[in-house]
Amino acid sequence: MGGWLYRRRRFIPYLLLVPGLVWLIVFFAYPLTQVFLASFWSGSVQQGYSFSISNWTNYPDAITPVLPHIGRSLLYSFAATVLTLLIAYPLAYTIAMRGGRFKNLLLFLVVAPFFTSFLLRTLSWKIILGDDGVVFGPLKGLGLLPEDFRVLATPMAVVAGLTYNFLPFMTLPIYVALEKIDFRLVEAARDLYAGPWRRSGAIVGALVGGVLAALLAMAFDWSIPITAVLAASFGAFVGSVFVSEAFVRITFPLSLPGVFAGSLLTFIPAMGDYVNAEFLGNPDTRMLGNVIQNRFLTQNNFPEASALSFTLMAGILVVVVIYTKLLGTEQLTNSRI
Amino acid sequence: MADVAVRLVQLTKRFGGDAVGRRAAKYVPGANADEGFLAVDHIDLEVRDGEFFSLLGPSGCGKTTTLRMVGGFEQPTDGRIELQGEDVTWLPAYQRNVNTVFQNYALFPHLTIYENVAFGLRRKKVADADVRKRVTEMLELVELPGYERRKPAQISGGQAQRVALARALVNRPAVLLLDEPLGALDLKLRKQMQVELKRIQQEVGITFVYVTHDQEEAMTMSDRIAVMHKGRYEQLGDPEALYERPKTRFVAGFLGVSNLLSVDSDGTSGDFAAFKLGDGTACRVPSALVAGRKGKIALGVRPEKIRLTEPGKDIPDSFNRLTGTIAHASYLGVSTQYIVALPDGHRVTVFEQNVARATKAELWATGEAVVLSWQPDHSFIVEEAGDNVDAPGIDALEAVGVQ
Repeated sequence: MGGWLYRRRRFIPYLLLVPGLVWLIVFFAYPLTQVFLASFWSGSVQQGYSFSISNWTNYPDAITPVLPHIGRSLLYSFAATVLTLLIAYPLAYTIAMRGGRFKNLLLFLVVAPFFTSFLLRTLSWKIILGDDGVVFGPLKGLGLLPEDFRVLATPMAVVAGLTYNFLPFMTLPIYVALEKIDFRLVEAARDLYAGPWRRSGAIVGALVGGVLAALLAMAFDWSIPITAVLAASFGAFVGSVFVSEAFVRITFPLSLPGVFAGSLLTFIPAMGDYVNAEFLGNPDTRMLGNVIQNRFLTQNNFPEASALSFTLMAGILVVVVIYTKLLGTEQLTNSRI
Repeated sequence: MADVAVRLVQLTKRFGGDAVGRRAAKYVPGANADEGFLAVDHIDLEVRDGEFFSLLGPSGCGKTTTLRMVGGFEQPTDGRIELQGEDVTWLPAYQRNVNTVFQNYALFPHLTIYENVAFGLRRKKVADADVRKRVTEMLELVELPGYERRKPAQISGGQAQRVALARALVNRPAVLLLDEPLGALDLKLRKQMQVELKRIQQEVGITFVYVTHDQEEAMTMSDRIAVMHKGRYEQLGDPEALYERPKTRFVAGFLGVSNLLSVDSDGTSGDFAAFKLGDGTACRVPSALVAGRKGKIALGVRPEKIRLTEPGKDIPDSFNRLTGTIAHASYLGVSTQYIVALPDGHRVTVFEQNVARATKAELWATGEAVVLSWQPDHSFIVEEAGDNVDAPGIDALEAVGVQ
């Protein structure tokens, strides 16, 4: 036996692949095929289903009524990804560059929420954001907020929930990318006259802040000009005071692989998420995930649910491909860090 | 003032136990980051305009810290740094007219070779046409034309070294700082780059301050060398002066191999000072070497300056002479290295060119009695400081198995 294996050494890698392949076939390929076939079914649970290619009309039939949900999913996921990035990048940067001997403790704190169930964490936000909950209750009592002020059951609560839940997925890849950067590259940049970023920093900061805020304002139904102006001023301040040219030219480009991975790890699950919209939103904030869940589990409309699932997968694939092309990860991942 | 490129006045760096200190101490081998560590100890130094100046010393002697302070990456605890007469002690790195070639090159991995070299010019907002002209010229100077579009991962170590040099030189700095730039290259390439570096330095006429632990490298290229030890430099001079007339035991041991004999003064006669060895043998050295030396001293002589002869053969009267027996011989090709045991237990290393005695059979044999002789002028005198015994000398040779 040993001799046989020795002579057939080149087959060993394939042998090692078997458990993984079996797993993928049973729990990924088979269900996926099943869902794909189901999207061409007609019939009902009671009468039984039949497969026919002519049932491709399941797709337009399923998609047309939920176009608003698809739009919301895109908008909320995008907003959550942007917010996650804005929070996670400084966090990862601080841990990687200034963490010192507290690095591991800080990283542990980033991952610590995972020790509690995803559902439980989302539900606890319901308590925190409640109309008369721990935060807003006292503020309203003091007259600092109007009585009808609310965050729960608004788009903002859904995006906040998504942002909170996916923060570690963004922080960790960015941390890994930043941690790998040789600090001497930054020294070399400073040596080559890369100083503070004052004027360009103010301009770029204002632009980035303004545009992102305008998009968020659209999602949250806020006043676009006011939000954009406030965010632009804040962006200009951050860009001119905190951002150095060495960061813009060296550190940030070298951390892009982390930003890329983190954005995908946030955006993709956020697109399919239904828990946040279910618990923190209202009927008008329902996302595509909610619809699919509803079709599958409540209406037992397997053909339409399957068609929507496949549409979501295809849509995400397209987004990922475009994103990959835009960021040119091939070049980035090939570079020696 | 213009003839001094860099002036260090009482420059001192102490790494404390704070966060900044810990971070900085990562670059100093042997530094204990949690305790205070005096990396650079009140150095006064002047580097002349246009010279190739080396800071030479073992790991942890403070040479890199000194360089990093000049570059602006480290803030001095005390003292002053002047660049061409201007006080730059508290200027950040990006405002100093110096550029650095880093030990690991620190090329920007995401930028092409062209953009790496152009980086400094772009930050200074030099016009595009000018950038193109200067980068092209510089890549020609370091013999890498045609590599503009490659990424740092696509070139060899030697080429990366040249790019790092071009990236710094293209800015025409007042002073170029080089932090062990050849450390990562293999021996052959290193030798080649030594010649190359010297050529480039002469061609551009920029002051080079070069940090290395390799004495041969420093000797090959430098106009002047400061030999550093424990945060200070022990001796400063041109390579020849350092080799022929080392002033301390450390310098004598760090540059090449030395024989140091403890001696007692026996007065002066004419131009020569007389000394007695432990067994009473008399030696003479030019009295100028002894002038001003206080305390206990040792007499040194380089191994290649000593001639070995059979007892009874004629030796000029003026020569110093000792008798001993061959304890060990190693044939090295160009020369043969002998360890000669003196009657008082001292061991002396002698290099003899394989000219007169070229074949194995003709070499001195172990146990043979010999007379060692050298011109008094070839001696040097070092002060017997107490704690400088860690310099590699005969003891080190024995430790690696020459015995």
